[in-house]
Amino acid sequence: MLLILCPYCQSRRAELEFRNVGAAHISRPSDPQTTTDAQWGEFLYQRDNPKGRIAERWLHIHGCGRYFNAIRDTISDVFVTTYKSGEPPPAMPSEAKP
Amino acid sequence: MPDSATMLTNAPPLARFVLRADAETTIKAGAVYGLDLPLTINQGASKGERGKPGARVALKLGPDEFWLIVPEAEGAGVRALLDTALAGCVCALVDVSHRQVGFVLSGPDAATLLSSGCPLDFDLRAFPLGMATRSVFDKIEFMVWRMAQDVFRIEVARSFGPYFEAMIAEARHDLV
Ligand SMILES: [Zn+2]
Repeated sequence: MLLILCPYCQSRRAELEFRNVGAAHISRPSDPQTTTDAQWGEFLYQRDNPKGRIAERWLHIHGCGRYFNAIRDTISDVFVTTYKSGEPPPAMPSEAKP
Repeated sequence: MPDSATMLTNAPPLARFVLRADAETTIKAGAVYGLDLPLTINQGASKGERGKPGARVALKLGPDEFWLIVPEAEGAGVRALLDTALAGCVCALVDVSHRQVGFVLSGPDAATLLSSGCPLDFDLRAFPLGMATRSVFDKIEFMVWRMAQDVFRIEVARSFGPYFEAMIAEARHDLV
């Protein structure tokens, strides 16, 4: 079973306790009134689908109930790291995007 | 053979509250509650005897989430005390007395029975005395708190109570 380190509980818990809640670090446009349909569509629907490392939001729903962020490898399913919401994503120089 | 000393019993009627509060408010709440709320996440604290007058339980299940459990008859009084003490504080106090049912699983096979449905490691080194956390048991969410080496307090949503009892009974058969 896949174990995920919850940055709030500070313990490794079974994947069953968690939910994936999509891509991380996507901010809602601050002023929707002046946002074009294209920009709003981009915010709602356009997501990267990388082969390799991706920053995702996860929810420890059957645990502490908190959202946090994780860097996961979509090929191997390895959780590279997890960190609290609001913290910047850790630098990953070896996996930098071209 | 399953050890006949291992028993699943119902907790007595209880009043339950969920308190969401920051550290400062937590200290205020502890002062009137008569029991300091745990500082560490996934920890439980208690005083008195379960269901008996004056018994108090405080479980920290999230970074700012506490469950306060007291005898049913004292629920209204505790709520009034907390309401007064926490007036003006940014916090939430919700009565969830009837949302859940409580169980006590005790005896030499208690940890083994829990392991039949829960992915947590119930070895004392991984799940020490006083640890309390939400997790999953078969297909339901539950809260498990280790009160002694062989004594676990469990809370599940009311409608899942019969399911939990049935799954523990099923697990007992596997021990034969
Ligand atoms: Zn957690």
